[in-house]
Amino acid sequence: MAIECLILGAGQEVGKSCVVAKIGGKQIMFDCGMHMGYSDHRAFPDFSLISPSDISCVVITHFHLDHIGALPYFTEVCGYNGPIYMTYPTKALAPLMLKDYHKIMVDKRGLEEQYSCEHILQCMDKVIPIDIKQTIQVDKDLQIRAYYAGHVIGAAMIYAQAGEETMVYTGDYNMTPDRHLGAAQIDRLQLDLLITESTYATTIRDSKYSREREFLKAVHTCVAAGGKVLIPTFALGRAQRDNSSFFEGLTLQANMYYKMLIGWTSQKIKESYTVRNPFDFKHVCPFERSMINAPGPCILFATPGMLGGGFSLEVFKQWAPSDKNLIALPGYCIAGTVGHKLMSGKPTRVDLEDTQIDVKCQIHQLAFSPHTDSKGIMDLVEFLSPKHVILVHGEKPKMASLKQRIESELGIPCQYPANHETALIPTTKDPKIVASKTFIKNCTSEFNGDERIAEGILIMEKGQNAKFVSEEEFLETIGIEGNAVNAVTFTQCLSLPNKIVSLETEDMILALEKELKKSIKFRKFEISKDCIKLDSITIRICSNNKSCNFGKDEDAEEMAMHLCCSWSIRDDEMARICLSVVKNMESTV
Amino acid sequence: MECPVDLSALTLFSPISRTASSSPPFSDNNDLIRAVPWYKTVASLNLWDPSSLDAVLISSPWALLGLPFLTRKPGFSKSTMIYATEPTVRLGRLMMEELVSMHMEYVRYYGSDKKSGLPDWMNWTELERLQMEWKKIVLGEEKEELNGWMPLYSAGDIKDCIDKIQPLRLGEEACFNGILVIKALSSGLEIGSCNWSIKSPKGSLVYLSSSVFGSAHAMEFDYLPLRGQDIVIFSDFSSLSSMDSDEEITNQCVLRYFIFSLPFLFYNSWVEKNGESEDQSVQKLTGADEIEDEAEKIHFILSCIVDSVKEGGSVLIPSGRYGVIFTLLEHICDFLGSLNIKVPIYIISEATQEILSLTNSLPEWLCKQRQEKLFSGEVLFRHVELIKEGKVTVYPFLYSSDLLEKWKEPCIVISPHWSLRLGSAVQLLRRWHADPKSLLILEEGVHAELALMPFKPVKMKVLQCSFLSGIQMKKVNPLFETLLPKLILLPESLRSRCPIKESELYKIFYYSKNVTTHIPSLKEKLEAYLANDLASQLQPTIFPEKNIAAARLKGKLLLRKGVYFLDLPDKPLNMSIKPSLHWGNVDPTSLLQVLNEKKIDGSILHYENSDFCVRVTKPAEGLIEVKSNKIMISCEDEICSALICEALKSICNRI
Ligand SMILES: [Zn+2]
Ligand SMILES: [Zn+2]
Ligand SMILES: [Zn+2]
Repeated sequence: MAIECLILGAGQEVGKSCVVAKIGGKQIMFDCGMHMGYSDHRAFPDFSLISPSDISCVVITHFHLDHIGALPYFTEVCGYNGPIYMTYPTKALAPLMLKDYHKIMVDKRGLEEQYSCEHILQCMDKVIPIDIKQTIQVDKDLQIRAYYAGHVIGAAMIYAQAGEETMVYTGDYNMTPDRHLGAAQIDRLQLDLLITESTYATTIRDSKYSREREFLKAVHTCVAAGGKVLIPTFALGRAQRDNSSFFEGLTLQANMYYKMLIGWTSQKIKESYTVRNPFDFKHVCPFERSMINAPGPCILFATPGMLGGGFSLEVFKQWAPSDKNLIALPGYCIAGTVGHKLMSGKPTRVDLEDTQIDVKCQIHQLAFSPHTDSKGIMDLVEFLSPKHVILVHGEKPKMASLKQRIESELGIPCQYPANHETALIPTTKDPKIVASKTFIKNCTSEFNGDERIAEGILIMEKGQNAKFVSEEEFLETIGIEGNAVNAVTFTQCLSLPNKIVSLETEDMILALEKELKKSIKFRKFEISKDCIKLDSITIRICSNNKSCNFGKDEDAEEMAMHLCCSWSIRDDEMARICLSVVKNMESTV
Repeated sequence: MECPVDLSALTLFSPISRTASSSPPFSDNNDLIRAVPWYKTVASLNLWDPSSLDAVLISSPWALLGLPFLTRKPGFSKSTMIYATEPTVRLGRLMMEELVSMHMEYVRYYGSDKKSGLPDWMNWTELERLQMEWKKIVLGEEKEELNGWMPLYSAGDIKDCIDKIQPLRLGEEACFNGILVIKALSSGLEIGSCNWSIKSPKGSLVYLSSSVFGSAHAMEFDYLPLRGQDIVIFSDFSSLSSMDSDEEITNQCVLRYFIFSLPFLFYNSWVEKNGESEDQSVQKLTGADEIEDEAEKIHFILSCIVDSVKEGGSVLIPSGRYGVIFTLLEHICDFLGSLNIKVPIYIISEATQEILSLTNSLPEWLCKQRQEKLFSGEVLFRHVELIKEGKVTVYPFLYSSDLLEKWKEPCIVISPHWSLRLGSAVQLLRRWHADPKSLLILEEGVHAELALMPFKPVKMKVLQCSFLSGIQMKKVNPLFETLLPKLILLPESLRSRCPIKESELYKIFYYSKNVTTHIPSLKEKLEAYLANDLASQLQPTIFPEKNIAAARLKGKLLLRKGVYFLDLPDKPLNMSIKPSLHWGNVDPTSLLQVLNEKKIDGSILHYENSDFCVRVTKPAEGLIEVKSNKIMISCEDEICSALICEALKSICNRI
């Protein structure tokens, strides 16, 4: 058995996340994203490598375009028509992202469209919304469950179980809570495979709040000096807190969604919510194009986050040449975007398709990008302890070093396949067996520390589940005839050790028990007033037993008091130990 | 299971008036109890030991109202798990807080209960004075329910209680002690109300509370995942109350609770169904007709409201069903708007403000149509807009200075219900009860006669309407045919009133109040998984004659999410594996042969049937007696008896 993972995107890169996993005879597509750095065929995963009708279901982790951007293409153009799952917030917010993107690429930049606005709506109509932790039975043998991922509102990690095989695909996640969203949270699952993002495979972040304060200070200084602040954003709802902020239409609309989806934010917000919705911003108003060059300070949040085009880029062109202004950049920018260019050292000039822009403004890189850092990845891998790890959504050299750490520190095999490679993850199946109810019930009798121990016989028959039964049930199954040799009883008589001969019968037994316990540990002897027992082994103090041969030869009228021992063949070994203990009692006075 | 409060019992208490000092008190011609009310909950709550409870499941906000009575009991154990859906917990908390706050009016009026022990009205002479019918409410049929009366909990009790609950999301699997996998699935009745699926290795169980197939607000009755379980406990009493308003029945429908002990869940199997018949029954179970019925009812209510308003009368709608009310609100506004009638609409309740915003942020628990609103960027309930537009105003209290300023009649007021004894409904009824133009809309199931007693003479119109509050009788049989459990538990009171088809496919048991029903155990085999690591250590012996292989197996027995699992022990076992089991036939010839191989001399003494005896002479004296069912060896020499033992072992099968 094996899980086969075909990496259609985000293999050794960030962008167009898409993995098709063959698991337990099912094929699941995790994410269906696009690459923002390309506008040709490279922007989408190569769907010719798969056949849409073989896919059992598509699961989308969150609304970022690198995770959902190719979905309308896959459903409406490639013709996939199976179930599509995503969380409620993702289903609510994804169309905004897709339409916004469509507007920029097709309407503004005049690129040839891969799918139409109509396609987006038709595609989203087919989506089945799911809740966090809700277990979805896709079909009889396949179930999926979403876990809170923290990255953006509605972001989910996906657990899938098909047959006996299990895996988790994380999508993007964040292991530290922030002001608006909680940290990723997942159960301790038994996993064959974990596919995790690795954007910050080697970064360890410092305290988020100090970075945030630093940023707010920079914003205040800039505004106080009459400058304008541009915060390109794609993580809706993030960084949206400050006085006198302006929103572009999209984000304002998204805010209304936030009110309805408040249950998906952090616990703290949820609880304070009933008193005051933190998404009711006092000084927020929609931004109009005419306001770009209006005098006076302002703060603008605009999409897309990496200045890859659209409104944020338009504003950037206007504001970049003034040194009074401040541009904030997200923690991560994809190659090919203006954001990426600005991050690699501080250039004084940026070449755009048609023009060149002087960059005199200040640039502040935001640290609160909502991905987990390397410590978070390691923590998650350790917590889940899967049998295998696959890294996606990262940069090759960093992934290589993280793989090293996972293998050496956690001892878990790890790989980071490139796009279009297939990773083969061997799985072992724990065999299913059946057991009788009474048998399981009786298993409580024996404990090893705090473990419950079951002991019995496993019967294996072709074409059937193995049966776990007690000895009695086994003998019944096998239909034993004739002499069950277990009924073989040995008897032997021993003279009383001198050491105890003068004692009362009951004290003799106690003395014997004490002696036996020295050699035979962890066993409980059953004692009565003239007898001591261990399983089938019986040592009885006997003075008048007709069936007993002891002393017969001595022609004694009165039989001497002695020890009559008997045991069945299965306890032969233990019986011989007991006998030798009794015999040795003389010598150990 | 469930922990409700019988709110209908609250009607026994005389309402109080805030303006009591200046205006004459309520008409004296009622004998209602004048005291700070106590509340009636499950009578046997006092009888069981709360520490023996393993888990409590709550299916709706109303079923939560009595929970603090349980959790505040001294013996209530910290390890008892309480499960409820998130909306149930949050709505339930708001309702309880509102109850406590409104209850304060009584306390302020009568002064707080200083003396400990039972209140005066509860002593027998006082009770004897009550009318027969009321006595029944206080005492129950068999006078056993007096125990169920309790003084109200405090805000602190509520908080403690809520903290003990583990809130569940929709379809979330909660694992209790590894043994039970508990899952809440929407029942369609109200936002957050649910049915329960409980699975254990020994069997599975469905607890079916009042469920609605088609709802205009809450997520539909999600019954497909409940198919093929072992036991269905049918606990939907709504059809009973609408068929027959017998006092006893209505009582039962308010007070529902079950106690399960774990061994109760005993057997399990998955019933495969053939696809065709399944499709048919699924069709019978859609809620389209229910939505239509409800729409008709709502239309009728709307026309009554408009009639009243046109005449200049006001309308009072006391209700505890938020989903229904918010839907009704949307309709009222639309309808009035279409007729161009401008009437102020007030919602007067302390909890409403929070409930309004809460209901608007639970898209996961709403019906498909409302979820679509989320996806198309509209608000889930239009009350958000209606309030913004000023068509509806929300006030915490009737006497808010704000409200007094803006108050205009005729108006439409929505208030909490509380059996017409608490909150704004009381004051408004005093104001309007004699106005024939005004209209009171009550839900069915409320004992209107008793509830309105203190407001006599009632001249205002009273419209009692039944909102769909459970599974319609005609859908019960098709539902069971779809769910196909092994066994169905029905309330005894349902036996005579509605014929549930007996079927070859399932057995039917009846349960009744305070009686433990024993369920037979049908399942003998349990499923388990064997860890690969452990399986690889097995050393099987093959038994060709039986065509099987068998091996001794010893491992750690675990319960993981309701499934047994055998794994390698963490620590090496203290004892070696048990000694082998031996069996096989012993005949004289082969016995002598193996004895010879061990250099033991022996001879057959006598031989009868298959019994025989062997005298051993060398290396020592001994006797081997072989009988059909046993072999006895007596030998005083250890070495010799050890040799005999080896010889015997060598001719036997062993494992
Ligand atoms: Zn993302
Ligand atoms: Zn991403
Ligand atoms: Zn003897």
